[in-house]
Amino acid sequence: MEDRLLLRLLQKNARMKITDLAAALDESKDHIIERLTELEKEKVICGYHTIVNWDLTNTEIVTALIQINASPERDYGYDRIASHIYKFEEVDTMYLLSGSFEFVAIVKGKTMQEVAHFVASKLACLDGVTGTSTYFVLKQYKNNGVVLIEDEDGKNNRLVVTP
Amino acid sequence: MMNYENMLSDRAKIIKPSGIRKFFDLASQMDDVISLGVGEPDFTTPWTIREAAIYSIEKGKTFYTANRGLLELRKEICDYYQRRFHVSYDPETECIVTVGGSEGIDIATRALINPGDEMIVLDPGYVAYTPSVELSGGIPVSITLRHEDQFKLTPELLKAAITPKTKVLLMNYPSNPTGGFMTKEDYEKIVPIIKESGIIVISDEIYAELSYEDEFCSIASFDEIKDQCIVISGFSKAFAMTGWRLGYVLCNPIISKAMLKIHQYIIMSAPTAPQYGAIEGLRRCEDEVLMMRDSYLTRRNFCVKAFNDMGLETFKPQGAFYVFPCIKSTGLTSDEFCEQLLNDQKVACVPGTAFGKAGEGFIRVSYAYSIEELKIATEKIKIFVDKLKNK
Repeated sequence: MEDRLLLRLLQKNARMKITDLAAALDESKDHIIERLTELEKEKVICGYHTIVNWDLTNTEIVTALIQINASPERDYGYDRIASHIYKFEEVDTMYLLSGSFEFVAIVKGKTMQEVAHFVASKLACLDGVTGTSTYFVLKQYKNNGVVLIEDEDGKNNRLVVTP
Repeated sequence: MMNYENMLSDRAKIIKPSGIRKFFDLASQMDDVISLGVGEPDFTTPWTIREAAIYSIEKGKTFYTANRGLLELRKEICDYYQRRFHVSYDPETECIVTVGGSEGIDIATRALINPGDEMIVLDPGYVAYTPSVELSGGIPVSITLRHEDQFKLTPELLKAAITPKTKVLLMNYPSNPTGGFMTKEDYEKIVPIIKESGIIVISDEIYAELSYEDEFCSIASFDEIKDQCIVISGFSKAFAMTGWRLGYVLCNPIISKAMLKIHQYIIMSAPTAPQYGAIEGLRRCEDEVLMMRDSYLTRRNFCVKAFNDMGLETFKPQGAFYVFPCIKSTGLTSDEFCEQLLNDQKVACVPGTAFGKAGEGFIRVSYAYSIEELKIATEKIKIFVDKLKNK
């Protein structure tokens, strides 16, 4: 069995049952469980999360992309300053980038004020952070490969029976 | 009133209405039918292909192309066949872009068949092959493929079917409807027969990209018979482009030139926007093609297990997106099985007999559906099969 196939199935549907995974991969259930455990241990599989469109719930949620300029440190490069940033609960996702700034962090909060406060009082004050620019998200179209707005595209208009 | 029936040509009268049609009519009268009867991908065409075609329209590329199709596209097609399947063709003289693989079958047959010539077709086989021979005035000669051979064409079967009148062998691997597959080793056994008999092979390779455990082998990759082969393929299955109607034919320049004459009178040139889309597909969609193939592979495994578990013997096909379960154990004919299944569980499959007499005792199940859909459908088929057992 190729891990690629297992991972693709789970990436599409993390709730797929072991029995169905076993059938789809032509393997025994035990083998699937064993392989999953290994992949989890190796951190290839980092979790089985749900993509939630919070916009459709009553929960207030604000997302911002924050560009961060930072200075590297001897021995650590960017990794230590990065760890000081990503450990904050507010930081959902973070990347080191090439280009005119070092990091981009996707930050979540209940309100714009809350996010602004986090940036001003925590993020921008860290040693090694030399600047930030904050971009608030107005609308979410696609997340993790899933289109989150009404779109005719996925609708399948195939005839019932064709040659 | 005039009797218009009498006005019809003998050829139009001789071809039978497709067996698929009957099931389409039955199934489309019902609401909420769960269909496993579709011969096309469930994926929408990759956006980059659609975007390229839209852009071509915006740029005013709305004219006929060269009869053979855009040279740019033909170069991409020839590069692709070389890169993927190791057969080389000259884009200037050996490639025609057609309206789907279907047109390719038609013009190839018309370019070769004289009235009375025999053309070998495989049974079970795709619905359009036999009518295409009949429309050319040729005589279709069926080879009955066997379940125990996994519907491969064996040298014994081929030898027995060849007569002095045989001109063409039309075959299709990976196969619709059986999912049958020919490996390089399988071909090695029939290539000498083809060489010796001097017949032409029309090889419908539309499902080439949907090959699973074994690597796809084009019969044209055997140098000793390459010039005897006409490769038919297209974008429908691999690139999820069925509605665009775009295919191509690759073969030696003499036959290609003859086909081009027919193509230029009946079609002029394949539609222009799809040709631009196809160029993009060949240049940039290899990953998407692989992703779709991976999906089909897991769905195939799922289906094969589901049908075998419910007691309907199903071999594991190595290509295309169909399984061909044997329903003989139920005591029903293919037609009865599919009709009763549709009425009882609202699940539509296609009777094997829609693809020829040798399809009796089998049903064609398409797995171009999500695993979730396949799960629901196969659970319903199991309920139906269990009911039959308990009768």
